[in-house]
Amino acid sequence: MNNLSNSGSSSSSNSSSISSRMANQIFESLPEEVLTILEEVADPEIPVLNVVDLGVIREVVVEDKEITIKLTPTYSGCPAMDVIGDDLERAFATHGYTTHIQLIMSPPWTTDWITERGRKALEEYGIAAPLEETADKDVLLNEKKLVKCTNCGSQNTKLVSQFGSTACKAMFQCEDCLEPFDYFKCLK
Amino acid sequence: MKPIKELNPQFLQSKENKEHLINYLLGVADNYLILGQRLGELCGHGPNLEPDIAITNISLDMLGQVRSFYQYIAQLKGDKTTEDDIAFLRKEREYKNVLLVEQPNTDFGYVIVRQFFFDVYNRLFLNALQQSADETLRALAFKGIKEASYHERFSGDWLKRLGDGTEESKSRVQQAVNDLWIFTDELFHSTKADDAMIAAGVAPDMFQLRDYYYEKVENLLSVATLKIPEVEYFQKGGKEGLHSEHMGYILADMQYMQRTYPDSKW
Repeated sequence: MNNLSNSGSSSSSNSSSISSRMANQIFESLPEEVLTILEEVADPEIPVLNVVDLGVIREVVVEDKEITIKLTPTYSGCPAMDVIGDDLERAFATHGYTTHIQLIMSPPWTTDWITERGRKALEEYGIAAPLEETADKDVLLNEKKLVKCTNCGSQNTKLVSQFGSTACKAMFQCEDCLEPFDYFKCLK
Repeated sequence: MKPIKELNPQFLQSKENKEHLINYLLGVADNYLILGQRLGELCGHGPNLEPDIAITNISLDMLGQVRSFYQYIAQLKGDKTTEDDIAFLRKEREYKNVLLVEQPNTDFGYVIVRQFFFDVYNRLFLNALQQSADETLRALAFKGIKEASYHERFSGDWLKRLGDGTEESKSRVQQAVNDLWIFTDELFHSTKADDAMIAAGVAPDMFQLRDYYYEKVENLLSVATLKIPEVEYFQKGGKEGLHSEHMGYILADMQYMQRTYPDSKW
């Protein structure tokens, strides 16, 4: 029973290529209109991140004006999930689609599924994008300084709180420019 | 992780098996509901901003977890039962949570100790549940354990800080350890439904992990320079629906809205 540590799967150096490849498989065969509508729906708590870039859309099936979307929740208790479902239904309804939303639990969402474009949007919005797993542990235990300040880019930052304004974030502060900012925690 | 054994496809055809599975799931899920409710009571009442936010985050995770379990139960029942009915419309004896999670938020020390005792158990449990013969439970365990490790880190860190802190914090948190210790053993008791699910490979046999649990807890208590209590006997009953006097108040608070305005949604 000693296999509890979250070791083993820290192969995320190429995570962006994996996530964009998966993203392609999900979205490549979709009609342009459908993809555009999907990209208009944003995470209600992080409005710069659309649901495609957030990586919560796992499958989309379009049959004429009927669309089935499989969504995976980020954190189990994330209240944004219900809103995202409703927002998708509403967005598609204005274009004459009937939408069926299915929540799927497996495989569970990971921060690796946030696309490269999504990570950029986060950073520009003032939320530091998730580091890979071991680095994430180090910064959340306040052992290493690895999170870059979203304001000045300095790595001289400190953890203020492991939990932040939403389930997915921790609070940091830059010790150079003193800017407080959020860090999106790695989830794998 | 691979399941220990495959579930016989006919397994859930039996009414008795289904009944046991539902009762087993309630035993698991009600812990998250009641602890989530207890932690939710602290929203806006934490000792300062960071732990306040952390505690409500953990509460949210627990409520998210419990929804998935209740949705699964509702699906198994296959009638008109909804997750809201299961959460809000049962009577006290129908809740199968352990006594530990219903204990009150006496002070921050109690909140942290109760959380730590539960988090260590929960992480061991979710780790083992990833090998369940039931596909849905494997998925829920795989998802839940990621959050559970954040919880354990939070409560463990605070336990060390309070235990190895000031004289005041040490004496208070030691009091909490002494008072709550008697509720830890119940985590490893199994009911008739649990036994049936263990035999089917759906549930992990938590009794096998009891020694490992106490080893982990006692190690951290030592690091926190706290004494390990010696007790003659432990309390139990919650898993059979026999709760402490606190439970009625929790339910009154939690169910008030649903009973006053029936059919409101989460």
